[in-house]
Amino acid sequence: MAELLTGPDTGLDTPLVIAGQSFRSRLFVGTGKYRSNEQMVAAIEASGAECVTVAVRRVDLDRRQETGILHHLDPAKYFLLANTAGCYSADEAIRYARLAREAGFNEFVKLEVIGDQETLLPDVEGLLLAARQLVREGFAVLAYTNDDLITALRLEQAGCAAVMPLASPIGSGLGLLNPYSIRTIKRRLGVPVIVDAGVGTASDACLVMEQGVDGILLNTALAEAQDPVSMARAMGLATEAGRLAFLAGRMPKRESAVPSTPVKGMVS
Amino acid sequence: MSELSIVLNGEPRRVPASVTLEQLLAGLGLDPRGVVVELNRQIVRRPALAATPLKDGDAIELVHFVGGG
Repeated sequence: MAELLTGPDTGLDTPLVIAGQSFRSRLFVGTGKYRSNEQMVAAIEASGAECVTVAVRRVDLDRRQETGILHHLDPAKYFLLANTAGCYSADEAIRYARLAREAGFNEFVKLEVIGDQETLLPDVEGLLLAARQLVREGFAVLAYTNDDLITALRLEQAGCAAVMPLASPIGSGLGLLNPYSIRTIKRRLGVPVIVDAGVGTASDACLVMEQGVDGILLNTALAEAQDPVSMARAMGLATEAGRLAFLAGRMPKRESAVPSTPVKGMVS
Repeated sequence: MSELSIVLNGEPRRVPASVTLEQLLAGLGLDPRGVVVELNRQIVRRPALAATPLKDGDAIELVHFVGGG
């Protein structure tokens, strides 16, 4: 696993804790859409991420080729966060969450209830219904949502362990469309805020972390990069850079220049 | 009746009568530790697989983890 330069071990940051689970890296990565399993494993390794997302799907009974991700990814090495991607109703998402938990790794679920095929934007009504039910069943729910403060607050009230607003639509690579919304959500919520979806390149990841959020989840930006392993390293560094810049506190923006070199002592 | 009609991962199949879920998995070459089994929308835990015989018309889902974001 790629070494963290500014992680908790260095005293520059603290671990990210979600529902009692501690993460050193603030970058979470997906495991979908890579050109090969070898490339996926190498990219995840280079990213420094400890938490990786996985999906629940039917076993392919016809091909004897192994589609199961655990034949490639060591579950002892990574924290597996199952998603409910592709679910369009609360009932369907709850069903997938239960199947994922039965796999026996943990009680965490990245809850997605999608409302529209073109944009993959969340159905917030279904999301809240599913979140409340899964919290009742003892899940640690990390809820993928849009960048709406009110929905984020309701998800927190519902007992979600983390709220995951989007930077921009899933797989779009459009980057952070509304920094103000993300900052507001972070300021108003007590639970961790992980920005999920839309990050396209390293500067996007850095800008997201500079808003003060607790972490980032991305997938397509690595899988569709020309060189996923290099992009994974870049994202890991950018996540750390953005986090450290946020903790450092940036200088104020000014409308006029202020010299950085002494104006006294000039020869005449 | 020596055979049952079931629906396995959405596909109709015929299996011998009195076969259990554990035997079904074994016949498919699947390790139960790597699969989650749902029978008629109810999850069947691993210890119960051997004690669960199939019935005509059962719908079974066999799922596992794949790549996703």
